[in-house]
Amino acid sequence: MNMYARPADPKKLIKGATGDWEVVIGMEIHAQVTSNAKLFSGASTAFGGAPNSHVSLVDAAMPGMLPVINEECVKQAVRTGLGLKAEIHLRSVFDRKNYFYPDLPQGYQISQYKSPIVGEGAVKVDLPEGGIEVGIERLHLEQDAGKSIHDLSPTQSLVDLNRSGVALMEIVSKPDLRSSEEAKAYVTKLRTILRYLGTCDGDMEKGNLRADVNVSVRRPGEPFGTRCEIKNVNSIRFIGQAVEVEARRQIGILEDGGVIEQETRLFDPGRGETRSMRSKEEAHDYRYFPDPDLLPLEFDDAFVEALKAHLPELPDEKKARFIADYGLSAYDADVLVAEKETADYYEAAVAHGGVRRDAKAVANWVMGDVSAFANASGLSVYETHITPAQIAGLVDLIADGTISGKIAKDVLAIIIAEEKEGDPRAIVEARGMKQVTDTGAIEAAVDAIIAANPDKVAQVKAKPTMLGWFVGQVMKQTGGKAAPQLVNDLLKARLDIAG
Amino acid sequence: MTDLTSLTLTAAREGLALGHFTAVELTQAYLDAIEAAGALNAYVLATPEKALEMAKLSDARLAAGEAGPLEGIPLGVKDMFATEGVRTTAASGILAHFVPPYESTVTARLWADGAVLLGKLNQDEFAMGSSNESSAFGPVVNPWRKTGSTQKLVPGGSSGGSAAAVAAHLCAGAAGTDTGGSIRQPAAFTGTVGIKPTYGRCSRWGIIAYASSLDQAGPLARSVNDAAVLLRSMAGYDAKDSTCADRPVPDFEAAVGASVKGRRIGIPREYRVEGMSAEIAALWDKGAQMLREAGAEIVEISLPHTKYALPAYYIVALAEASSNLARYDGVRYGERVAGRDIVDMYEKTRASGFGAEVRRRIMIGTYVLSAGYYDAYYVRAQKVRSLIKRDFEAAFAEGIDAVLAPATPSPAFGIGEKSGADPVEMYLQDVFTVTLNMAGLPGIAVPAGLSAEGLPLGLQLIGRPFDEEALFALAQVIEEAAGRFPVPARWWA
Repeated sequence: MNMYARPADPKKLIKGATGDWEVVIGMEIHAQVTSNAKLFSGASTAFGGAPNSHVSLVDAAMPGMLPVINEECVKQAVRTGLGLKAEIHLRSVFDRKNYFYPDLPQGYQISQYKSPIVGEGAVKVDLPEGGIEVGIERLHLEQDAGKSIHDLSPTQSLVDLNRSGVALMEIVSKPDLRSSEEAKAYVTKLRTILRYLGTCDGDMEKGNLRADVNVSVRRPGEPFGTRCEIKNVNSIRFIGQAVEVEARRQIGILEDGGVIEQETRLFDPGRGETRSMRSKEEAHDYRYFPDPDLLPLEFDDAFVEALKAHLPELPDEKKARFIADYGLSAYDADVLVAEKETADYYEAAVAHGGVRRDAKAVANWVMGDVSAFANASGLSVYETHITPAQIAGLVDLIADGTISGKIAKDVLAIIIAEEKEGDPRAIVEARGMKQVTDTGAIEAAVDAIIAANPDKVAQVKAKPTMLGWFVGQVMKQTGGKAAPQLVNDLLKARLDIAG
Repeated sequence: MTDLTSLTLTAAREGLALGHFTAVELTQAYLDAIEAAGALNAYVLATPEKALEMAKLSDARLAAGEAGPLEGIPLGVKDMFATEGVRTTAASGILAHFVPPYESTVTARLWADGAVLLGKLNQDEFAMGSSNESSAFGPVVNPWRKTGSTQKLVPGGSSGGSAAAVAAHLCAGAAGTDTGGSIRQPAAFTGTVGIKPTYGRCSRWGIIAYASSLDQAGPLARSVNDAAVLLRSMAGYDAKDSTCADRPVPDFEAAVGASVKGRRIGIPREYRVEGMSAEIAALWDKGAQMLREAGAEIVEISLPHTKYALPAYYIVALAEASSNLARYDGVRYGERVAGRDIVDMYEKTRASGFGAEVRRRIMIGTYVLSAGYYDAYYVRAQKVRSLIKRDFEAAFAEGIDAVLAPATPSPAFGIGEKSGADPVEMYLQDVFTVTLNMAGLPGIAVPAGLSAEGLPLGLQLIGRPFDEEALFALAQVIEEAAGRFPVPARWWA
């Protein structure tokens, strides 16, 4: 799909004072590569160590130190490229990006400028109104910088080099996004793909996934406007907010007859505004040139094929399979595959004990009560103490008529609060929660209630929806254990209501 | 007892093996010589305690029959090599008190083979110079003087301290570095032998970087055989340097004295540069004659892009240098001059820490990489580099085994003579040497005669990639025919 030809979607346009505007967004995502060691040194990449505790002589740029590429980082970049259905470049080049900053020990960042390791690819993004495909321009490997700390001393800035030299993948999208919702959905999807691949943990709180958001606005159908780059936005929510406020700012300027200056801006979530960081004129001259300490990075097709052979099932394929094999709706499948662990959890519940059970019923539990409990606890479903086996047990108890759906919710509540490792069937047995299917006992209760409430009997004959009151009374009398369908049938027969 | 410092490395090795003297005695003799040679300013740091300690261990290993190939041999090390626990400055004020907690791969190999560290040798600051006058520790004085003159001459650069120390018998040999001629030009100025091996032959790990794609370590020595012995210990694969070649190191010493019969030696006509002295031209012819008499075939060849090599070299080298030297910012190590803010601190630190020539080269290098100039300078220089490489490849493809050329356009000149207003005059010193750094080829400088004023003159042999053995064989022919060139008078002692 040629995104440049994508017609403006009227629903996504922003209303200005002088008419509609279309926002155009492209993103540069900086994703920290999951690896034990840094991109060019053997130092650890563990998060949270004491300042400057994960720093090698190379990371500190001591005289005479040389970078050596970490093969695992290369593999991770190739895996990511494959996951983005992108072109893998068998030859790429590392360049030096030169600038002075205290947390950049070498005085240059080793990056890939003209020849990145991964070329064009695409990401499918699902949206409520339909899917779009976002083009990937390139992916390249580069070093992260250290961290400057300005708030610990009144007179000095401190530098922590733990991050210095950690491998990043910069994933550059084409300007294919047309709303803050699309931007958020794209990052969410990209994050899901990276997490499936195991190439980046996507943890935005730790700064392991950061976005530079390029925003411009135009009248529908017109050429691209001048863009501003909003640097280092570190949550998906902020990405949405940053796009909104930046688009509004640009529209305001244009509608007042002004022009947009190309510049780098920062998003301030507290004030809900973007602020100028540096103009185009103030932009650094990075003096890129090929790093003479590193040979061009070269590998062959066999290297790529070996990685491809061990690639996990990716979210798009998993979703398709869930729809085909489990009969799930596209929406349900989307929700379940958003996190690989949740999808695995779901599938473990469906197939627990080697028995295939009602996949839709399992999906309802996972996405319903279990999910509600997980959300309340600030966890993902798979992180709760509720096991796939317990969910399978609940579904099985309903399926074989042992308990009603209502009782099953009670059993889950017991698992949540009291018997965390309890087997649902054992809980039902021990607590006498089996539903009553003894017609005689239920008939007795039905008859007693009809006899005691002649006024209600008169009402229900006029208004059959009143039946619910009778059902409630019977359930109350039987301690909630009467099989609901049986109660219904008996009441209708006794009251002579058609149904 | 004879002066132990007068022995070549090869002879000292034999004397130690036979027990004629101990490593401690040999080391002490060198330490005494160093002590007495302050006037040459060859060392920026002598390490007598460490030297004697290492020598004692060598004696123990010699006694136990566990001697390494360089056991007990006292060496000097150019101050570009990081030496663990021993101050390493690159002769720059910005590293005036820098003590690395690590040892360069090349020097680590020397110590592993039993060599003894006498101290760190003077050089041009960050190896940027051809006269050793840009050192923060002051210039080195060449032990050679013109006949009947007391004028102080430069030893060449940037490994000027190394060359002077080898010539003056202040070490049995030295480890130097060569980016555009920094081993070969000073060797030629001091009557010593210096080889820049093929790029990738020695690890650059732990050597302070000047221009990464050109820098190579190599030995300076009193004889071709001494150089071969040293290079064998210095060379070898190192996974810590991505540009280091993973290939076996031959027994270079075995190549010394090998027949050169039938070898085809190219004489590049483009090296007959304008204004070449008659003396140098005559020396070149003499060298060709020596090789011919040993059975080699002399062939005139063309290396058409030679004249572009020098300007292209000064673009590539300085571009890389401007980036390599960015790390000396006063933040983590080295000297720092306080400032109002971070930029002021950078500027003051770098202005005071770097000398004039280093500042000049950083500025030129920054300029040629700048937006708008990159294509005109850096990209074109890299194209020239490819063409120079192709020139040599074409010559080798036609069966040329090595190229013979002068090492320098002149003999040693006076201190202060070329350090005036025009830096290009100094840069021209590298006209014969930079081409092979650009092409990554090995080159050896070997003394072949004296100038009319009594100063040594050197010839240079350029070989195929990783064929240093051919260079040692050919250089040995010249050494045997021309003799060796010891300093005539120890005027400084």
